[in-house]
Amino acid sequence: MKCSYACRTADHVVSRRSFLGAVGAVGAGLGVSGFVQPAIAEQLQKNHKRILTIFLHGGVSQLESWDPKPNTDTGGPTRAIPTSVPGVHISELLPYTAKQMHRLTLVRGINTKNGDHGKGHIEMLTGRKKDPGQDYPHLGALAAKLLTPDKFALPGHIFVSGGGSSVAGPAYLGPKFAAVSLDGAKPPQYAERIAGMTEESDTRRNKFRASVNDHFAARRRSADTDAYTFSYDQAQQLLAKRDVFDLSKEPGKEHEKYGKSEFAQHLLMARRMLENGVPFVQVNHTNYDTHYENFDFHIEQLGEFDRPFATLIEDLAEREMLKDTLVVVMSEFGRTPKINASYGRDHWGNAWSVAMAGTGLKAGAVVGATNANGTAVTDREVDHGHLLHTYLRAVGVDSKGEFVIGGRKLPIADPSKSAIEEILA
Amino acid sequence: MNADAPKPSAAADAKKTADPTQTHLVVALKHARPLTAVRFDPKLQYVFTGAEDNTVQRWKLADAQALAAGAKGADGKPLEVKPTLFEGHDSWVRAIGFSPDGKTLYTGGYDGQVITWDATADKPKPIRKFDAHNNQWVRAIVVSADGKQLATCGNDNLVKLWNAADGKLIREFKGHESHVYNVAFHPDGKSLASCDLKANFKHWEIATGKCVRDFKAEALHKYDTGFRADIGGARALAFSRDGKLLAAGGITNVTNAFAGIGNPAVAELDWESGKLKVLHVGKEAVNGVIWGLEQHVDGYWLGIAGSRGKGSNVYFWKPEAAQEFFKFNVPDVGRDMSLAADGVQFAVAHADGNLRIYRMEKKA
Repeated sequence: MKCSYACRTADHVVSRRSFLGAVGAVGAGLGVSGFVQPAIAEQLQKNHKRILTIFLHGGVSQLESWDPKPNTDTGGPTRAIPTSVPGVHISELLPYTAKQMHRLTLVRGINTKNGDHGKGHIEMLTGRKKDPGQDYPHLGALAAKLLTPDKFALPGHIFVSGGGSSVAGPAYLGPKFAAVSLDGAKPPQYAERIAGMTEESDTRRNKFRASVNDHFAARRRSADTDAYTFSYDQAQQLLAKRDVFDLSKEPGKEHEKYGKSEFAQHLLMARRMLENGVPFVQVNHTNYDTHYENFDFHIEQLGEFDRPFATLIEDLAEREMLKDTLVVVMSEFGRTPKINASYGRDHWGNAWSVAMAGTGLKAGAVVGATNANGTAVTDREVDHGHLLHTYLRAVGVDSKGEFVIGGRKLPIADPSKSAIEEILA
Repeated sequence: MNADAPKPSAAADAKKTADPTQTHLVVALKHARPLTAVRFDPKLQYVFTGAEDNTVQRWKLADAQALAAGAKGADGKPLEVKPTLFEGHDSWVRAIGFSPDGKTLYTGGYDGQVITWDATADKPKPIRKFDAHNNQWVRAIVVSADGKQLATCGNDNLVKLWNAADGKLIREFKGHESHVYNVAFHPDGKSLASCDLKANFKHWEIATGKCVRDFKAEALHKYDTGFRADIGGARALAFSRDGKLLAAGGITNVTNAFAGIGNPAVAELDWESGKLKVLHVGKEAVNGVIWGLEQHVDGYWLGIAGSRGKGSNVYFWKPEAAQEFFKFNVPDVGRDMSLAADGVQFAVAHADGNLRIYRMEKKA
């Protein structure tokens, strides 16, 4: 699928894995055994922490969201409003979110030194710089690997596309932890028995397939045949869990509460998946690549984001899910403080923000700061590496730990970075 | 933005000597921050601009003319022309209107406020300030020909009619389903036309508030499926002097909304039928949007097209012809324009902070 970015870089021409493709592409899964300390891994999986990443595709403006600078040369026409945390102001474009600030945590001193969409995606989702010689696992793959309970029927890493892609893969963790992509708030394609086939026929068919498979595996078993077997097993389990993806099962008042936009429906779907224990869900909201008329487009896009997001946070809190769920709102970068002649803002990674909420975090905390007009970080500068450590620590993972892959030790997160301790609970 | 009534004036009707092909820059007056709006006052004493610093600036035309004539200050350097600042908005101002006598100034801001000012005061202070559009952007202000009423529109999807004397709301016009980008009084004084983000137009009966009819200028709207956002609307709106045409300036042929890749265009609609008569575009397909639009007393339209990276053009279109009969390149991106009541001068608000005044006659 071609992603239409304003800048049209090659990074934006990407393919989206189909659901069936994901189910069928299972490679050398590591399971708990790939972790340096299996006992810790088992404990993590029992704790049942979950992560929801909301990716504001294209690069949301920090000045129109988490770090407004009204009445400055860079602030634009956007004003700041008070929030439920005394002294903390965010953009007037987020009035519903402002009321949930006591449940959010802001990181305002991000400097990723990058203004490239593709690199920004990879950095923010893997916590590492793009390295030609080595791929690093997507946060979703890490979560699926580290947080998925044993014998879990659903995929551990689900991507709900709302435009845009999820570019980073599972890397050395293997395709078992790659994203299963849902095309919007719809049940996965092919997750029901073929019309016209009876349950009895289906059972007979599967028995035959299993016997042929076993016969073959007895002599020529390999990682590929294991992956093949896993994909069928998971598909079978998914048939029984298909209702998780069926939004019609939600009461009307829930739909009303979240709203009817596509993004609202995606968040409602995400909540259902988290409620059913899916360890990692990513929901994209597009698009924020506003080189032209930044302010009009941010009114439009954040207007769509604000209420459903605030509703989700409140909903997770009321269902007591925030204590086990980490929510992260990120982009590939922020936008330039300088306003261009077309009322736009361009790519900017030097001073921007991320918002989080939930498990392992100090609610209502703000860490880091930028100068008066947002052109530089002045306090507690961090980057994608620190953020990844923080996400993992928040869900109970020792981010300084290692995987053992083929006898080789691989750090879970960039060993030169560490978590932002000030915001960890 | 460029629809402030009244358009015609005795002065404008008296003088028809403008020659667009002789257009030249007369003077540039620099403000510290990028400009967002510009209007000549009806009596041609001042030019008012809005800027990205939330202020409105008043520039004395006499000072501008003196500078253009080579006047020097006490230090022997070119005369430094400084504007008088009107401070009262908490966000950018892109809507400016006047009472017919030029004594009262009305400004509308992205803070949702409409402010009434003494346009000629030495130390201007807001006379009246009210929340016109539920704390959301005021996108346009127009004043009725008799000066008794103001019409405004904004991001609350509403058009509103106000009593100019006391700022009391007379009527609300509900029906748009997206941000209302512009509004204009019909010259007969009985109707308003408004246009929203999706280039949906409404014809309102002023006396009753009734929506008489809806029509659309398809060419001025696009939902960009790649970015999942709407782009469009009338960035400028004006009736022809005889009231038979309604012209809306905007962007067409959009291929990339978030980079502003599309062509500046004016949709000229037949007011009686609501149908598109002519889509005015440039002979050369440049990227940009029409930010300001005026009809000259001689019948042709002037439109300023803001074009990123290549300066801007002022286009001159005859009503019946799709392409311009003349184009004048200005040195920086233009964000609004105003045609003076003398029919010879026009002013452009530029992104580089300059107010530039041009004359459509042979250079002296």
